[in-house]
Amino acid sequence: MTIGLGHYLFVAAVLFTLGILGIFLNRKNVIVILMCVELMLLAVNINLVAFSVFQGNIVGQVFAMLVLTVAAAEAAIGLAILVVYFRIRGTIEVEDINAMKG
Amino acid sequence: MLLQALAFYVFGFVVMASAAMVVVSRNPVYSVLFLILAFFNAAALFVLIGAEFIAMILIIVYVGAVAVLFLFVVMMLDINLTELREGFLKYLPVGAMIGIVLLLEILLGLGVIGSNPTTLAGLGKAGPQVLAIDNTRAIGRVLYTQYFYLFQIAGVVLLVAMIGAIVLTLRSRPGVRRQRIGEQLYRPKEDAVTVVKVPTRGGV
Repeated sequence: MTIGLGHYLFVAAVLFTLGILGIFLNRKNVIVILMCVELMLLAVNINLVAFSVFQGNIVGQVFAMLVLTVAAAEAAIGLAILVVYFRIRGTIEVEDINAMKG
Repeated sequence: MLLQALAFYVFGFVVMASAAMVVVSRNPVYSVLFLILAFFNAAALFVLIGAEFIAMILIIVYVGAVAVLFLFVVMMLDINLTELREGFLKYLPVGAMIGIVLLLEILLGLGVIGSNPTTLAGLGKAGPQVLAIDNTRAIGRVLYTQYFYLFQIAGVVLLVAMIGAIVLTLRSRPGVRRQRIGEQLYRPKEDAVTVVKVPTRGGV
């Protein structure tokens, strides 16, 4: 009945899959897509911390902190771009974001 | 040990269920609230295996900053919710199939399920390693010495993100009158005051 590394990896794998599923299902709403990216980063953090703890190596937790930094920066920049885009175009649908034809 | 296992199952179930609710809930406000619930329970999972510092940072950064930012933006934008939900059922079969296949691939590749015990063998059999010093001190010892440059670069990343967000959302409205103190103070005396010699009983 002990909780091992596999349990944590299972939770992280399910979270990552749910993030990808959310990107597939919410094809129109950019805000929910950004939230799903946050979920995937949370899954990565769970993996890093679980490996770090179960192997007794603290470096994984340092790296998890750096991932958290990048996630915060990404959310701030993404939401700023979203606000500017909504101010100009009046919508946030993904399919309308094709001005750059990328 | 039984209590710890029970706590793990409760927190893990709530994390997975609230992540699913983030994906499927109709209103983006509910999605943000379920995201906050998922982050809280992930922090509880970290506490269970003794990574207290990351757990507290997770609550402070994600719940205190990122999720509130999402909540602000969701409430600020006046979006049509029903239009944004179109296509959800259309993509559901393909998305669910890809999701199931991906999940099975990850779990089989890691050796969590199935008959491939080689990859995880010997990694986590002994349970969580107990360090001689507490978690926060152990992180600080390597973060400020060995990984000092990475720490500084993370700070620079945050600074760039902050400046970028401010520059993106700043707008200068035309026609707004505001006080420019510098110009006021630098104005020479000749521009401000003219001395007029007024003749007696003549008026200006």
